[in-house]
Amino acid sequence: MNDSDTTVIAEGLRKTFEAPGGGPLLAVNDVSMTIRAGELTALVGPDGAGKTTLLRMMAGLLKPDAGRLEVLGIDVAANPQAVQDRISYMPQRFGLYEDLSVQENLDLYADLHGVPPAERSRRFARMLEMTDLVRFTARPAGKLSGGMKQKLGLACTLVRSPDLLLLDEPSVGVDPLSRRDLWKIVQQLVDDENLSVIVSTAYMDEAERCAQVFVMNAGRLLDEGTPAALSERARGLTFTTSPPAGMPARDLQARLIDATELIVDAVPQGGAVDFIRQPQATTDEVNKLLGDAGCEPRPAELEDAFMMMLRKQQQDEGQAPELRAASHAQVMNGDADGPVIVVRDLVRKFGDFTAVASTSFEVSRGEIFGLLGPNGAGKTTTFRMLCGLLPATSGHLEVAGLNLRTARAQARGRIGYVAQKFALYGNLTVRENLEFFGGAYGLRGQVLRERVNGTIEEFGLEPMAVSGLLPGGYKQRLAMAAGLLHQPEILFLDEPTSGIDPLARRAFWRTITALAQSGVTVIVTTHFMEEAEYCDRIAIQDAGKMLALGTPQEVREQAGGDGSTDMNSAFIAIVERGRTESQRAIVGAAA
Amino acid sequence: MNTSGFIRRFSALLRKEVRQMLRDRSTLAVGLMLPAVLILLFGYGLSFDVKNAPVAVVLEDSSPSAREVLAGLEGSPYLAPVWTTNMTEAERRMRDGEVRAIVRVPADFSRRLAAGQAQVQLLLNGVDSNTAAAVDGYVGGAIATWAQQKADRAGSKSGAGGVELVQRMWFNEASTSTWYLVPGLIALVMTLIGAFLTSLLIAREWERGTLESLFVTPVRPLEIVLAKLAPYLLVGAIDLALCLLAAKFLFHVPMRGSLWVIVFASLLYLTVSLLLGLFISGKTRNQFQASQVALLVSFMPALMLSGFIFDLRNVPVVVQAVSQLLPATHFVGLIKTLFLAGDNWPMILRDCAILSLYALVLTGAVRRTLRKTLD
Amino acid sequence: MHAFLTQLASIGFLCRKEFLALFKERSSRAILFVPVLMQALLYGYGATYDLSYAPYAVLDQSRGAASTELLARVDGTGVFKREASLNTPQQIAQVVDRGHVLLVLHFPADFDARLAGGQQAPLQMILDGRNSTTAGAAAAQVSAIVAAYNRSRTGTPAVSVERRAWYNLNLESRWNLMPALIAALSLIQTLLLSSLSVAREREQGTFDQLLVTPLTPMQILVGKAVPPMLVGVAQATIILLIIRFWFQIPMNGSPWLLYLGLVVFTCATVGLGLSISALSLNMQQAMLYTFLLIMPMMLLSGLLTPVSNMPEPLQIVTYANPLRFGMDLVRRVYLEGAGLREVAFDFVPMLVMAIVTLPLAAWLFRNRLS
Repeated sequence: MNDSDTTVIAEGLRKTFEAPGGGPLLAVNDVSMTIRAGELTALVGPDGAGKTTLLRMMAGLLKPDAGRLEVLGIDVAANPQAVQDRISYMPQRFGLYEDLSVQENLDLYADLHGVPPAERSRRFARMLEMTDLVRFTARPAGKLSGGMKQKLGLACTLVRSPDLLLLDEPSVGVDPLSRRDLWKIVQQLVDDENLSVIVSTAYMDEAERCAQVFVMNAGRLLDEGTPAALSERARGLTFTTSPPAGMPARDLQARLIDATELIVDAVPQGGAVDFIRQPQATTDEVNKLLGDAGCEPRPAELEDAFMMMLRKQQQDEGQAPELRAASHAQVMNGDADGPVIVVRDLVRKFGDFTAVASTSFEVSRGEIFGLLGPNGAGKTTTFRMLCGLLPATSGHLEVAGLNLRTARAQARGRIGYVAQKFALYGNLTVRENLEFFGGAYGLRGQVLRERVNGTIEEFGLEPMAVSGLLPGGYKQRLAMAAGLLHQPEILFLDEPTSGIDPLARRAFWRTITALAQSGVTVIVTTHFMEEAEYCDRIAIQDAGKMLALGTPQEVREQAGGDGSTDMNSAFIAIVERGRTESQRAIVGAAA
Repeated sequence: MNTSGFIRRFSALLRKEVRQMLRDRSTLAVGLMLPAVLILLFGYGLSFDVKNAPVAVVLEDSSPSAREVLAGLEGSPYLAPVWTTNMTEAERRMRDGEVRAIVRVPADFSRRLAAGQAQVQLLLNGVDSNTAAAVDGYVGGAIATWAQQKADRAGSKSGAGGVELVQRMWFNEASTSTWYLVPGLIALVMTLIGAFLTSLLIAREWERGTLESLFVTPVRPLEIVLAKLAPYLLVGAIDLALCLLAAKFLFHVPMRGSLWVIVFASLLYLTVSLLLGLFISGKTRNQFQASQVALLVSFMPALMLSGFIFDLRNVPVVVQAVSQLLPATHFVGLIKTLFLAGDNWPMILRDCAILSLYALVLTGAVRRTLRKTLD
Repeated sequence: MHAFLTQLASIGFLCRKEFLALFKERSSRAILFVPVLMQALLYGYGATYDLSYAPYAVLDQSRGAASTELLARVDGTGVFKREASLNTPQQIAQVVDRGHVLLVLHFPADFDARLAGGQQAPLQMILDGRNSTTAGAAAAQVSAIVAAYNRSRTGTPAVSVERRAWYNLNLESRWNLMPALIAALSLIQTLLLSSLSVAREREQGTFDQLLVTPLTPMQILVGKAVPPMLVGVAQATIILLIIRFWFQIPMNGSPWLLYLGLVVFTCATVGLGLSISALSLNMQQAMLYTFLLIMPMMLLSGLLTPVSNMPEPLQIVTYANPLRFGMDLVRRVYLEGAGLREVAFDFVPMLVMAIVTLPLAAWLFRNRLS
């Protein structure tokens, strides 16, 4: 094989770690692959598939236990420094120095890579322009929003043109706009400089842009091929169906996804439901399930193929107890009607900076309300004010008829809160965490024991596992379980699905919809725009201002077009329009 | 090419470390403010020299000779007599901690004095054994002085003569503890920068995940070590200058050795201490553990077991062996000698060699902790 | 009543969680107790002002009966060890400079003759003053020997001093230092534990999760304060046991009073720690600010040098230092057997510190500007 054609060759690669409970854990198990140069290559797979370990081995940060790994024609295990001199690598946490400014971070990496001054100014100018960070060069990296951090992280790895670029889940927790920008940059570099890029991702739309896709699961390579070739595996099995009038798409989706014998996967999409049929399921069986809602075939996408592979794996190994969407027999007290959350003219300022500007909305009982917006739009600030973690600068705020910040402590017992990043005690076991939060919410003795046991069963958790060592999806389940233990009337979820794989996300949303059916009000933020389809109503926020508010369909229509655009495009359209308008307002005011 | 790459990368890392240091107020507080506070505390606050120790004097015999025998207590700068007539009262005061000792002149004092067999009672609060011993000395001295004067006045025969002890305290003529505490303070300050500041440096980068992206660059482990060392060497040098200035102009501690040897030895020890901090940091990879370990193996022993405060001569062999393992012990001995005694070359060479050895071994060890791998 | 019990139960859950988090891993269990044990033993032996070994050299130019007898008395103490016999005065500088000996006794050639002639005979003593405390102690011992020798020649003087030391019969400095360590060593970790507890939860994001529960700031405060207090008291107990049974220093006071004092003391330090914690942005800051505080607290406590030797203004500053009073209390109760009346004042500054810092910390939990 010609050296200039391939960047990475792996043969029988193996890496074992010590499992948290003792014993070996095969993180990468007998992986052989050949990755071509000058292309975009994607590594996809659920949590614990071994993507990060594989990338770290390519970067020379981990030594393989067995097998051969050649990067740029160099044996990495024998000579990691030679590889590190030529590649660039962006770890999941971006590796930025938060106390250094944007410019200083760039300078540091340029110096380390020995970029000559002449080339440097040209390169910096291009990078800053592409990442749109020109205005922020003096700002400390720690004060950037998540999306800007990610772009800066990318810029730092691209201060020179590397022979190979490794990106480890670059878009976790990043909004659609920033994701689009990031991919534009990467694509441009691939086109202009013939850059070789290997990226691990949980977004199938990202993998779809790549020339070659490697699907991994539990340390093994499941499949590889071009996105089109992989999509083929779901051909003829993909359909779309519309719910009868008056029925929310998510209820139909719930019915479909619960029928695991017949249906591989189902997601609400633009008011309809996209689903994948099980290959062995007959048309009759499926039609019976659909009832009067007929279905039409739709083209297969990479995500469909991916979901099929994962489901198959899951069934073959009988692993991962499915998240049981148990009936949440909530005993709702208080009046059934009227809004549960009232926000009027809410403002929050930090010094001169207005994080949330005059925001108003209402949420009624049993509603799923989605709060969308780019990174730094003020979603988290709004959230923290609603939960009583942050005082509002001005405006009116009512949650279950109370302002949680000033209300007596007992009032907080009526809400549940799941924070953006895993915020339970990492070194306690699952049971210990649940018992603690149950106790903190005033549950005692027999009631507490029963509730904890019930929750553990319902969420398919391992009670003795150490929380901090759980895989991402399970951490999320645990966080949800802890937030629901006291059967709150209102549940706040801040980016609950960021960084977890599609399978876990499906299960997660199944729980949410079940909760809403039983009368729990859910307020949720997310960066996965397709998840907005599960919501009754959504609001789009940017720069602290409310740009759109309504049902997903209304919002799509507001974005222009015929309302059949997908949520991702609608979101981008609305935010961009909002930005040009405010730009124009500033210019107008200045004129 | 190779060396120019080294210099370029090193200076880039150095700039980064300096900026990070300057932007963190808590680091600067510990690096510059704490040493300044310590200098003042050690110079003015800490003293083993007893002064104005309150002593209750119970005069049960009111005769002039009884008064006279204790007259010496009055003028002493070390003692502050509190006159009472009642023993119960005096004992209460001692129990309440108001006085450190009781001097009791019994009712039969003058009668027995006439017989040449008088006795004075001295009750000491032994809890603070140092102060107690000092008070004992001063009271005994005052009485002895009186006896001497009386004998002289009587023009006594004194034909027997006697041994007269002529004391000369070398190196510390004024016999003040400040003279040996202040040089020791230099050791303490150099230790604390390593124990408190550099011990967090590598651990912090592990915790924040920045080391992972730093590793995948052409940077070499040694460059990271040196760049982390240099800014704190500068902070240490500033602190050293502060200490030396304060020693000379504020506390008037003599500096009998050559200044350059003092500076060289101090910087050498500083390097060892910083490297020890970095080593702990790289080994634990966790800021909390690093600070605990640093406190335990670096700072507390330097304070308690280096001979800084407690003289190692008085310590059991096992503890002495432990203290000999500490770089601090070698530096404390050296710096005290340099300040108070002068250049003692055999000692300078021996201790500097030991410290250099530590510096070399630790540099290698820190480099190992930064091997570019996550395994 | 029921509401009160419910409150108490919530605090119980919080304490349980804190303990679990503290003791879960073997390494953190070890770091809480092993170092204290080791330090108590090491410092028990190592931290002493008592002269136990004083090497000295002799330059005896008289070589008479008097000098021989005096030297025999010096050697008889068991403390002074004759390391060298010198021949010329030039050698004095050599042995002293190198630090081989602590002192040199120089008997001039006419020493015996003068004594025999009924004259004052000067005996020169050269001391290495690099550690003036040790040198002073050695000087005091030698001069006591000389005085006794003189007495033996002239008979008893007109006035003799009869001394008795209360509480510490042989004036051993270990007796003074070790009880102080009960407070000082436990201070370090109670302060660190409490100052990190909130800062760590903030850094890991769990503190928000705690604030949205129905727990009140007061409950969180008590839940956060009790575990480090108990750890502090447990560490104090370890040191106490080592002092009592390993070093066999007799305890004269009431254990109840001692523990009451320790509880109040740890209460004050935990309040201080939690306030630092609530103010800090991250763990690193919490740690550094704690170190910034620990050092002056140790130095201004009377651990190494008595507070009464300090200049007036600094003595006033020490009133803000709970360690000073905690240490004083422990020392006096342990060694002097002081009762509540005698140590009552020690409680005042510590209680003031606790009353100020604990509510401050609770208030800061919710109101620290982010």
